[in-house]
Amino acid sequence: MRLLEKIALVTGGGGDIGGAQARLFARERARVVVTDVAEEAGQQVASDIAADGGSALFVRLDVSSESDWEAAVRACVDRFGGVGILVNNAGVYQTEAIEHTALDDWERVMGVNIDGAFLGTKAVIPSMRSRGGGAIVNVASTTALVGSKRSSAYGASKAALLSLSRHTAIQHAADGIRANTLVPGPVETEMIAENLATPEGKAASVARVPLGRLAAPTEIAYAALYLASDVSSYVTGSHLVVDGGLTAQ
Amino acid sequence: MKLEGKVAVISGAAGAMGAIEARLFAAEGAKVLLGDLAEEDGNKVAGEIEASGGQALFHRLDVTKESDWVAAIAAAERRFGPVDVLINNAGVYRTTVIDKTTVADWDDIMAINARGVFLGTKSVIPSMRRAGGGSIVNISSTAGLVGNAVEGAYTASKGAVRMFSKAAAIHYAAEGIRVNSVHPGVIDTKMVEHLMADPELGPLVMSKIPMGRMGTAAEVAKMVLFLASDDSSYTTGSELVVDGGYSAQ
Repeated sequence: MRLLEKIALVTGGGGDIGGAQARLFARERARVVVTDVAEEAGQQVASDIAADGGSALFVRLDVSSESDWEAAVRACVDRFGGVGILVNNAGVYQTEAIEHTALDDWERVMGVNIDGAFLGTKAVIPSMRSRGGGAIVNVASTTALVGSKRSSAYGASKAALLSLSRHTAIQHAADGIRANTLVPGPVETEMIAENLATPEGKAASVARVPLGRLAAPTEIAYAALYLASDVSSYVTGSHLVVDGGLTAQ
Repeated sequence: MKLEGKVAVISGAAGAMGAIEARLFAAEGAKVLLGDLAEEDGNKVAGEIEASGGQALFHRLDVTKESDWVAAIAAAERRFGPVDVLINNAGVYRTTVIDKTTVADWDDIMAINARGVFLGTKSVIPSMRRAGGGSIVNISSTAGLVGNAVEGAYTASKGAVRMFSKAAAIHYAAEGIRVNSVHPGVIDTKMVEHLMADPELGPLVMSKIPMGRMGTAAEVAKMVLFLASDDSSYTTGSELVVDGGYSAQ
């Protein structure tokens, strides 16, 4: 019951990692606002939580739209009274190398992955401040820390999240708002399904992971729970790497 | 009960932070061996844990001595079974301006803070193999991440702990042994009493903490619990910061 009386907004809540976070948070007694552009998947997570006796609400949210954010936070305030936890989890993946990346693609990735987290942070601060504080968790990726042959905008957008978290942490420490980045390594999700479609692809995805396997979405959710709950009350401006040792080498 | 049935060894367990870790671990179901030089205080903490229904055993441990480590791990295994969790928590703190630091001071700090972590890790590996895996948590410091003007030798020793943890993580990942470092900022314990009471340094240090307060030993212990438990099953080779934003600016 680590999130008793907490109100959490999870973006990308219809996806594998966001869904695992929303379900875990609800089991720890948070009231959860599940948001996503994928209405059916997001609605399903909210319904599952409610069927399990939890408290959840689905709100359609395009994280790159400031007006969508205003509406989502308003829905959160109207239904539950405010926002205490924000998990900026929504993201899009991209594997083209730099010289094959069109500017439109770059902007599409940045629009969701970093603009979305910026707009979300900006949108929840008034509510968190008025409630005496809150916790923001930005979900990045190990591509924020190390380079790779694939991806361009994806890694850059995730690295920008590290800085956004630190600036949020420093600017709002006095408001009692904590902000941290969660840095997952490879996780078994739909987002990288293409990478995992063949045995060779799957082997390549885990080849450099010292633990020798992919993470399960729940393993990422537990780290998000740690950062979102009062258990991490002195943790802000930092990043927590959950990558099976990938970037330690 | 995050540590149900686990066997944990904690060094420096008679000190403020180690004792809180031992109590928290026991409350979460672990059987705890408390190692320390301070026999009276260590026995007292172990006795208190036993009196409140937990399982604890004190063993005298000088972390700079290999034979002490071998004996302590053997004692833990004899009483409770193979060791699942090791917290290398013992450490010494001294403010030392580099050009006034004696070789004896340097060696002393390195022996306790760095050699102690090496010997603890080396000694526990065979027992963790028998346990089928385990989690080692090495207590470093923000001084292991960023420099400062008054802690030359201490900073070097904590930097050593940070990189040693990563090397051990990579080396033992395939055996299911996870190794991570924790980096507390200024924590309200006896260790920094002298520093924080200094009329010049105290207020200066405080002014550099974005959250505007020292952390508590309990806040660090909760991070250590996260790393010791299966909640962090995909986290290895990473560095977790508990510093109120100190190193994010």
